[in-house]
Amino acid sequence: MTDIALKQNITAKEKGKKHTKDHSERDFWERNRLSGGYLLKKRIMDVGVSIVRFILLFGMCFMILQPILNKISVSFMTEQDLYNPIVIAIPEHFTTANYQLAANLMNYSQSLINSLIISLSIAVLQIAVCTLVGYGFARFEFPLKKMWFAFVILVILIPPQTIASSLHLHFRFFDILGIFQMLLGGTLNLRGSVVPYYLMSAGCMGLKNGLYIFMIRQFFRGLPVDLEEAAYVDGCGMLKTFVRIMLPQAKPPITSCFLFAFVWQWTDGFYSRMFLGNTKLVSTSLSRIIDSLGAYIQRINGVKTTVSVAYSNCILATGTLMIIMPLIILYLFAQRAFVESIANTGIKM
Amino acid sequence: MEKQKKKKKIVGLQKRKAKAGYAFISPFIVGFLVFMVKPLWQSFHMSFCSVELGAGNFKETWTHLENYIYAFRVDPDFTRLLVEELSRMVVYSLAIIVFSFFVALILNQKFKGRALVRAIFFLPVILSSGVILGLESNNQLMATLAQTIEQSTQGVSVTAALENILRTAGIGVRAYEKVFEVIDNIYDVAISSGIQIIIFLSGLQSISASMYEAADIEGCTKWESLWKITFPMISSLFLVNWLYTVVDFCMRSDNGVIEKIQKVMIEQMQYGSASAMSWIYFIVVLAFVGITSLVISKGVYYYD
Repeated sequence: MTDIALKQNITAKEKGKKHTKDHSERDFWERNRLSGGYLLKKRIMDVGVSIVRFILLFGMCFMILQPILNKISVSFMTEQDLYNPIVIAIPEHFTTANYQLAANLMNYSQSLINSLIISLSIAVLQIAVCTLVGYGFARFEFPLKKMWFAFVILVILIPPQTIASSLHLHFRFFDILGIFQMLLGGTLNLRGSVVPYYLMSAGCMGLKNGLYIFMIRQFFRGLPVDLEEAAYVDGCGMLKTFVRIMLPQAKPPITSCFLFAFVWQWTDGFYSRMFLGNTKLVSTSLSRIIDSLGAYIQRINGVKTTVSVAYSNCILATGTLMIIMPLIILYLFAQRAFVESIANTGIKM
Repeated sequence: MEKQKKKKKIVGLQKRKAKAGYAFISPFIVGFLVFMVKPLWQSFHMSFCSVELGAGNFKETWTHLENYIYAFRVDPDFTRLLVEELSRMVVYSLAIIVFSFFVALILNQKFKGRALVRAIFFLPVILSSGVILGLESNNQLMATLAQTIEQSTQGVSVTAALENILRTAGIGVRAYEKVFEVIDNIYDVAISSGIQIIIFLSGLQSISASMYEAADIEGCTKWESLWKITFPMISSLFLVNWLYTVVDFCMRSDNGVIEKIQKVMIEQMQYGSASAMSWIYFIVVLAFVGITSLVISKGVYYYD
C-alpha cells in the first residue's frame, strides 16, 4: 500500500517536473518575445562564448599534453618506424625494446631506488627545517627580524651558480674552524659524497628553500593569533605550542611544499651534479643517456659508429617518460595538495 | 611599584619571545652564514683573482679587475649572451604575465571540466623542471618534425599569413617581430606559467561577487568591470608574479648566461672568471628586479 502510494507520488513528481520543463520552455519564448529578442541574444552569446572557450582551452591543453603524448607513441616504435613517413602516432611494429634498453642504459632500478631515498630524505629534512624557520618569521618579534627576512629574499634571488664555484672549493677542502686540520692533519674532501648536500639542506640552503620558507611563513601569518595566546595562558611552552597546536593546522602548506621539494629534487640536475656526482640518480643518468647509448652501441659493434639522431631521441623520450612516470602518478593522487598552498602565497605580500 | 613590576614582566616575555624566535630561525642563520655568506664572499674575492688548483690546496693570485675586463672585453660570448638573455627575459616575462592573466580569467569562469583543465595547466610545473627542461629544449627530433610540417604545409599557416600582411604594412616591424617570436614559442610561455596562473586564480576568487553585481546594476559592461574592478583588485599579484617570473627565468638551467658560466667553471676550470661573470649577472639581475618592482609597486592598489 505504501509502495503504491510512493510510486504514485513519484510519478506525480515526474509529471510535475515535465510540466514545469515544458512550461519553462514555452516560457522562454514568451519571455523572449516580451523582452524584444534580448533573451535569445543573450542565450546565443552564452553558447558562443562557451564554444570559443572550449576551442581555446582544448588547443592549449593539447599544446601542453602533446609532447608527452608524442613521447609515449615514439617510445613504442622500432627504429624502422621512426623513418617511416606514414607512421605518425601509432607504431606499426609495436615494441617494448626501447624501455628495456633505456632501463639498461640508465641503470634504472638502482638509480630509481637511490633517487627515491635521496629525494625523500632531502625533502623531509628541508621541509622540517623550513617549517621551523617559517614559523619563527611569522610569529615572533625579535631584533633584526627585517634584516634576516631580507636575507631570505636574497637567498631566493641569488642564482646558485654564483656561489657554485666557491662551494665547489669549500667542500673540496672542507674544514670547520680548522678542527679537521688539527685532528687529521689535512682537510676533508667531501666532493662526490652526499654529506654536503644534507648539511646544506639542514641549513635551509638547498634547492629553492627560500621559497618554501616564504610560503610557509605566509600561511602561518594568516592564522589567528588567539589559539597560541590561549595555549600560552594555559602554560604551554613555545615549542610545545608549535608542535601540538600550530603544526596540525599547517598540514596543507607543508604537504604541498614537501611535494614540491620532492619533485624538484627528483628532476634537479644542478645540485645533483655538483654534490651527488658519484651516486646514480635518475636525473643525472637521464642527462647522460645519449652518451651511454653511443658507448653501448660502440661496445656491441666493436667499431665507432654514430647513433642516428632519431634513434637517440627515441631512447631519450623513453628515458624521460620512465623518469616522469612516478611523478605523474604522484601528481594524479596529490593534485589538490600541489595547487592549494600556492593559492595562499601571494595574497598578502 | 606594582606598575614597574608589570612593565618588567612584559619585557621579560618579549625577551623570551625574541629568544624563541631566534631559536626557531637559527637553522637559517647558521646555514646562511656557513653556506651562503662565506662562499659568497669567497666567490667575490675569487672574482678578483686567478685561481689555480693544486694538489691539496688552491692558490689565488690577486689580479685586480682582470676577470671583469676579460668577461666584458675578451670573452667573445659573454656580453652578447647577457644582452640577449636580458632582452629575452623582458619579452618572455611580459608574455608569461599576460598569458597567465588571460588563462586565469578563463579558468575563473564556471564550466564543465574546469578541474581537469586546471590540472593540465599545472602539470608543466612538475614535468618541466630541472634536467627535463634542458633536454626538451634541444630535442632535435621535434625540431626536424616541426620543420617538415612547416615545409609540407606552406601557406596554410595562419600566423605566417598574418605576419606577411602586417609586415607589408611596414609599421613597427620590429615590435611585431618580437610578438611573432613569442607566438611561435607559445609552448615555452605556457609551460612556464603554471604557478602564475594559480596565483592569479586565487586572487580572482578572493574578489567578492557583490562588487561585480553592483557594477552590473549600475550599467557597467563586462569589459569595463575587468579594468575597473578586476585589474586593481589583483594588481598586487602582478608584482608577485612579475618577481617570480623574472627570478624563475634567471635561474632556469637552460638560460644562456648560466650555461656559459657552468661551461667556464667546469670545463675550462677558470674559477676566477666564472665567479666574475656570475657576479656581473647577479648584480644586473638584482638591479633589474629592484628597478622594475619599484616601478610596478607604484601602480599597485591595496584595497584595505
